[in-house]
Amino acid sequence: MNKMKKITSMPLFLPIFCMLLVMAANIVYDISCGNFALNFFSISVRNGVLYGRLIDILNRGSEIAILAIGMTLVVSASAGTDISVGSVMALSASMCCMILAGYGNASVNELANPLLLGVLGGILIGCVCGAFNGFLVAYLSVQPMVATLILFSAARAIGLLLCNNLIVYVRVDSFKMFGGYLGFLPTPIVIAAVCIVIAMIVLKKTALGLYVQSVGINKKASRIAGLNSARFIFLCYVVCGLCAGIAGIVGASRISSADSNNIGLNYELDAILSVALGGNSLGGGKFRLAGSIIGAYTIQAITTTLYALGVSSDVAPVYKAIIVIIIVTVQAPPFKAYLARRSAKKALAKGGAAA
Amino acid sequence: MENNVVLTMRGITMTFPGVRALDNVDFTLRKGEIHALMGENGAGKSTLIKCLTGINAFEAGEIHVEGIQGPVVNHSTLDAQKKGISTVYQEVNLCPNLSVAENLFIGREPKTKFGTIDWKAMVKRSKEIMAGLDMNIDVTQNLEEYSLALQQMIAIARAVDMDCKVLILDEPTSSLDDNEVEKLFGLMRSLRDKGVGIIFVTHFLEQVYAVCDRITVLRNGQLVGEYPIAELPRVKLVAAMMGKDFDDLASIKSDESPVFSDEDLLIDAKGMSHRGTIKPFDLEIHKGEVVGLTGLLGSGRSELARVIYGADKNQTGTLKVKGKEVKINNPIDAMNLGMGLLPDDRKAEGIIADLSVRENIILALQAKRGIFSLLSMKEQNALADKFIDMLQIKTASRETLIRQLSGGNQQKVILGRWLATNPEFLILDEPTRGIDIGTKTEIQKLVLQLAKEGKGVIFISSEIEEMLRTCSKMAVLRDGAKVGEITENLTQETVMKAIAGGDQNE
Amino acid sequence: MKKKINSNTLLLLITIALFLVMYAAGCIIYKDKGFTHLQTFLNIFINNSGLLCVAAGMTCVMLTGGIDISVGALIAMDCMFLSVGMERWEMNALVLCALVLIIGIVFGLVQGFCVAYLNIQPFIVTMAGMFFARGMTAVICTDQVSITKNEFFVKLANAKINIPFGAYTNRKGVLQIPFVRYPVMIALIVIIVIFLMLRYTKFGRSLYAVGGSETSASMMGLDVKKTKLKAYMLSSFVCSIGGICFCLNTMSGSVRQALGLEMDAISSAVIGGTLLTGGVGNVIGTLFGVMINGTISTLVKTNGKLLSSWSNIAVAALLCFFIVLQSVFAKLKDRNK
Repeated sequence: MNKMKKITSMPLFLPIFCMLLVMAANIVYDISCGNFALNFFSISVRNGVLYGRLIDILNRGSEIAILAIGMTLVVSASAGTDISVGSVMALSASMCCMILAGYGNASVNELANPLLLGVLGGILIGCVCGAFNGFLVAYLSVQPMVATLILFSAARAIGLLLCNNLIVYVRVDSFKMFGGYLGFLPTPIVIAAVCIVIAMIVLKKTALGLYVQSVGINKKASRIAGLNSARFIFLCYVVCGLCAGIAGIVGASRISSADSNNIGLNYELDAILSVALGGNSLGGGKFRLAGSIIGAYTIQAITTTLYALGVSSDVAPVYKAIIVIIIVTVQAPPFKAYLARRSAKKALAKGGAAA
Repeated sequence: MENNVVLTMRGITMTFPGVRALDNVDFTLRKGEIHALMGENGAGKSTLIKCLTGINAFEAGEIHVEGIQGPVVNHSTLDAQKKGISTVYQEVNLCPNLSVAENLFIGREPKTKFGTIDWKAMVKRSKEIMAGLDMNIDVTQNLEEYSLALQQMIAIARAVDMDCKVLILDEPTSSLDDNEVEKLFGLMRSLRDKGVGIIFVTHFLEQVYAVCDRITVLRNGQLVGEYPIAELPRVKLVAAMMGKDFDDLASIKSDESPVFSDEDLLIDAKGMSHRGTIKPFDLEIHKGEVVGLTGLLGSGRSELARVIYGADKNQTGTLKVKGKEVKINNPIDAMNLGMGLLPDDRKAEGIIADLSVRENIILALQAKRGIFSLLSMKEQNALADKFIDMLQIKTASRETLIRQLSGGNQQKVILGRWLATNPEFLILDEPTRGIDIGTKTEIQKLVLQLAKEGKGVIFISSEIEEMLRTCSKMAVLRDGAKVGEITENLTQETVMKAIAGGDQNE
Repeated sequence: MKKKINSNTLLLLITIALFLVMYAAGCIIYKDKGFTHLQTFLNIFINNSGLLCVAAGMTCVMLTGGIDISVGALIAMDCMFLSVGMERWEMNALVLCALVLIIGIVFGLVQGFCVAYLNIQPFIVTMAGMFFARGMTAVICTDQVSITKNEFFVKLANAKINIPFGAYTNRKGVLQIPFVRYPVMIALIVIIVIFLMLRYTKFGRSLYAVGGSETSASMMGLDVKKTKLKAYMLSSFVCSIGGICFCLNTMSGSVRQALGLEMDAISSAVIGGTLLTGGVGNVIGTLFGVMINGTISTLVKTNGKLLSSWSNIAVAALLCFFIVLQSVFAKLKDRNK
């Protein structure tokens, strides 16, 4: 009993537990299908690139993982969520493709502008969006959800404008590379890994993590201790925008086009879910980036597993919604209090019986 | 029960973990009197009120209310309200976005025969209520359109209209100006004449003597006594509140009072102020000097310090640090000038509850160093261990969350946080509150040690004893203004007289 | 007695003025494209009858300081349920409508319980609700289903209610009588009922009190949790009525229907003067908010050359403007204290 408690109170228990659960479900599925039991974990090389369900999850989960980095910071610092990340992804994709294809062109086979310019343009617009959100939240004290609502509804529309209401195709190998393969490894995995490593290093080597958590837990005390709360909240939103920008370019490159209506659709939910699944409180404060990252890949594993089980992409949200509700309910203080009361009652009954 | 008694509390006892908040306290309220409940921080007056209104549960004792058979136990403020005990707090508990009339009648609106709200009747009756209390205001306006004083009076009107026998006013005058206070007093007097028993909790001495009939004084959770106002002059009241019992601490301060030259001037404040909390003041602090700020709670002693530190923005006057005029917009500016502030509200402004002891200790130093020069883990651990050791912080490890520590130990962590920045000028606001007596001496010694090292210290405490032992100069505050300085003849008597003010002093 | 204008009334006045200016501008610029006809004005209502209902319910939730972003998805689910029910299961239209309303209430009950009694952020709860409803739509059917078989429903959808004035003869010499449709009547009734409820019932006033200050409200003896629960139930219920209106307009169900409708509803409420922090707002303001929304898209459509995304951007820009305005007003109020 006590041992059990020790395990469940470990910091990364929730995300790792969920991950294991998903893996177990896969194994059971494979066995029931008569496949090799560890089919889930098998990685093979086909046509010179890595292939396998695990690789697929890592590949497809890249965008969510990148978004989760920014989202974790935003949730921690401002106790709110940035719901515009999906739309900002689409905008960044549109910006990037528009620059690469030249305004008004629907499909190109050659780059109109240098690749770097397009990528930087996409990332920059992500940062600008983040700055806009951050300004509203940090300096005008608008509730985070409401502030980001503006771009949630506008960013896609702006993206469509940039592309002259077209789906812009950039059929150039150097651009396709971001969503394709780098040697034998899918590029998105590499990009996500680089982002994660950079984020980890920044958190390790600078005081950002301490500052953000401190501001998120107690704004007033942080101010007395010399921290400029508004500045760090602003910074977090900019980082979140940056992440959305990067994710947008990866997303665009995958389909080598800027489909403003579909890129990043519903990604905000996945990103927020990653943070919650990572054992971080959506009420802000302490955070663990590792948890969010594991959470992100767990979400993708769930999605992939659902698809493997034959659930259509339209129906998948039902399961995700149920998972969200279960996670937040378990984290909710009234629910915890209820459990505590129950276990206290049980202990009392036991004590009574012993006496 | 006496005939005219409306409320009696007998032998009320309650403990918080580790602290006896109330110890066998009696309280009696008569019909048609205004009864002041006085006491310093931790005296137990708010706990007593909370026991009465059902926010806290008490362990022993009985409460009797006139007209109700048997002992009364309330489980919520609502419960208390139904029994005729209403409370009006400093922060008005009404809805600012609703009209005055609605605020008076919410939850008990007059209905038409269709079961809908009868606005006409509501407005009419509201007008009557307000007119009955000599307030002719437009009751259809939103509450937020009116001043805080009026809002408070509306809250009182609501309470009175709900047939309250006992009206508790908890620090109602803290944010009111003199005119508004006078209006409120008028209302209180007219209610008294109507037979309502009023409990008035305040820390303004002037106001107690202006309006009250009787005073009950608490100290350290115990009843000191109940006095008719005429029998308790100010000095005696202050003495009763602060206590004269000397604790058995040895005198640790050397007798000679040091002499400071102008060259050693560290802090030179001229005419600084913050609207609504502290009126313009001058203050000089030298290197190696410990200045005490004394005055009752709410007299502006914390607020003065906060303005110097920049926690509250200075609105007038100038501040010179080491002879150079400076502008402080944010605490970080003050920190870069070598200042530090240990705030009195530990929970709200001190600790970062979910961070570890180590992180709490290094926070201020890290903020000063900036985001890119993170202290290495080795340095962090060394710092944390140093202060855990030096201040004898009782914690399981340096990675324990600060929220799991006791109040006194939390305070020491925050103290460590500031010592880690090696400040030249440190403001300590109630550093010893909730700390056992041994540690208190340690902290006092530490303060003297800091002074010896040539640092300037502002020391704020509710305990005069403690300040007498550590301070070489005391600034006296009363009702949001600095009213004087005592440099010579620092004794309990002179200080108390200065705090009490009034006739004896001027 | 002369009433002082407070900042909240000011916000509402700005909204109404904005609507009038916008409409007048439309009348002047697009005079020859028929913008001045009464029917253009009525079309705004016809096109937005579903949104009107949803926004009215949203206003009630926002008054408590909460938010409900599940409405768009709930409408999609309602429409799909109605369409599939009539086309594939061949059920009675009225029975289906009743079922839709019941589903709405249950949906709101669950969301309200999570918000009020489990203390979970409204945004998270209703976001889960949004994904649940959108997913359930796909569970019912993934195709686009049009309603053609159910005679009663088709008749109801095509029925015109003529307006006795404002008729004109068009260029071909045919007399055009302005009309509205049944959904508009339903939406207007919803608006009026909610307006009366907010003003004249204890529940309505409780919504304001809870939004004004939860602690005060509970201290004054109101059941805060129950009030919140009811608010979410009301929102989902009214949203389901809106779903029926929406279905009468589109006569079809599809997974991607009413995508982003929640944002239109929220922006309408905010533009109409509902404070995001709760406690201030009115369905009349929301009505104008919806009309501004409708006018913008009509203007963009009438222009013909502008991309339809411009109307999204314009609404978002307006939303941003009002949010900033609210925040500035709130800061000014703080400073005055």
